[in-house]
Amino acid sequence: MGKVVVTGLGVVSPIGVCVPAFREALFAGRSGIGPLTTVPTDRLSVRVAAEVRGYAPEDHFDPRRLALLDRISQFAVVAAREAVAMAGLAFSGSLAARTATVLGVGVGGIGTLDDSFHRLYAEQAARLHPFTIPRLMVSAPASHVTMEFGLTGPAFTASSACASAGHALATALMLLRAGMADVVVSGGTDAPLTLGTLKGWEAMRIVSPDTCRPFSRDRSGMVVGEGAAVLVLESEEHARARGAAVLAELAGAGMSADARDLTAPDAEGAARAMRLALDDAGLDAEDVPYINAHGTATAANDATEAQAIHAVFGGHARRLMVSSSKSMLGHALGAAGALEAVATVLALRHGVVPPTANFTEPDPACPVDAVPNEARSVPIRAALSNSFAFGGLNAVLAFRRVPDGPAGFP
Amino acid sequence: MDRTADDVLSIIADKGHVDRERLAYDARLADLSIASLDVIEIIFALEERFQIEIPFNANDARQEFDSVGDIVRAVEAEVAQRRVA
Repeated sequence: MGKVVVTGLGVVSPIGVCVPAFREALFAGRSGIGPLTTVPTDRLSVRVAAEVRGYAPEDHFDPRRLALLDRISQFAVVAAREAVAMAGLAFSGSLAARTATVLGVGVGGIGTLDDSFHRLYAEQAARLHPFTIPRLMVSAPASHVTMEFGLTGPAFTASSACASAGHALATALMLLRAGMADVVVSGGTDAPLTLGTLKGWEAMRIVSPDTCRPFSRDRSGMVVGEGAAVLVLESEEHARARGAAVLAELAGAGMSADARDLTAPDAEGAARAMRLALDDAGLDAEDVPYINAHGTATAANDATEAQAIHAVFGGHARRLMVSSSKSMLGHALGAAGALEAVATVLALRHGVVPPTANFTEPDPACPVDAVPNEARSVPIRAALSNSFAFGGLNAVLAFRRVPDGPAGFP
Repeated sequence: MDRTADDVLSIIADKGHVDRERLAYDARLADLSIASLDVIEIIFALEERFQIEIPFNANDARQEFDSVGDIVRAVEAEVAQRRVA
């Protein structure tokens, strides 16, 4: 079975709307969390979010096309453009049909739904915009990415709440291994910052009043984010044949369901997904020096994740570096696993482990080296990226460094 | 028992799926098998019933409820404050 490699990355994130800006902030430990500005807060107790800043839709799309694009689809297309350009791919001839599109979406075009229903229920509007449905459908971002590049291979959305992008990338890996595609444009996207959605999060009582401090003793909950990340995955054979710059290997994936609780995390299910990812990648626990954690900064997730890591890695767990990029990115739900996969690939490429920002003091309930506040320059050969969703749906990706990758790129 | 406390206990019994007789003030929610998801549903129902906001964050031990009495006292405090306001 041939290897699967990463040849392109693209991001739209609270810490940068392109990979170089994203990387710089990620390695500097600069958080994108701040006051909520895109939603009126007078009826919200949630006042902070990780918003994509400095993004103007009209810089990226003409007005006619924009009418069809919910924010979630805009993010996906902008991230995909960067990833495809980085991969240096042109989808002419037979490649278009051999290229699949698999995106993770947690929530979908909720901005469109929120606006439409406000018009309908509050303003008593007689009719809704005819593009309401095509904008809000959960598969719309995947459709727009196919249309952007003329990709005619298999295309669909994977949805598993906060693990959606992890499942999308795992599915992309399987498509390539099965020989059903030569290239997969994969990742995740979500734009869930609306009044209606945030009221829902508020009611769950797990959102932080100030910021996201994963694994820290004084952590106070998650921060909702938004964004998209796209990775171009290829069979190694295809990438080498066209002389592409290979950024990393997607070496394996592990998926599991807790089958227990709709909101409470479960160490056993999480541990099982990590073990499966290691096995699938042919990695021993000691081969992995770094885990990009799910790390939401809820009391329950971080303690459970730490427990699962100890169950899988045994004595090696205390030497592992375990950082959460959500301390900077917030939790972009369906995009989270893809943004974190990009962070993991960058860590491998550059030999820099991104920190957990906003960290104040260790929590005995989370006995891991969280790489507090400052990145570490240390060459790493392999890393896991964890995604554990509400509803107990888990996806873990295993990446491996490619020794002969291009220097300093991206 | 005053009316407020009586209503609070009814809501805890209903949403927590616990017999009303077991709801002593010092009874711990964990011992009553009232799970975290039940607690946020109880708080939602109490906020709706009394038109109050109960400060509660599942990540913050200082704002968490350990016992039945904790919930009753929190509601009584918010209801009293609303009367003053």
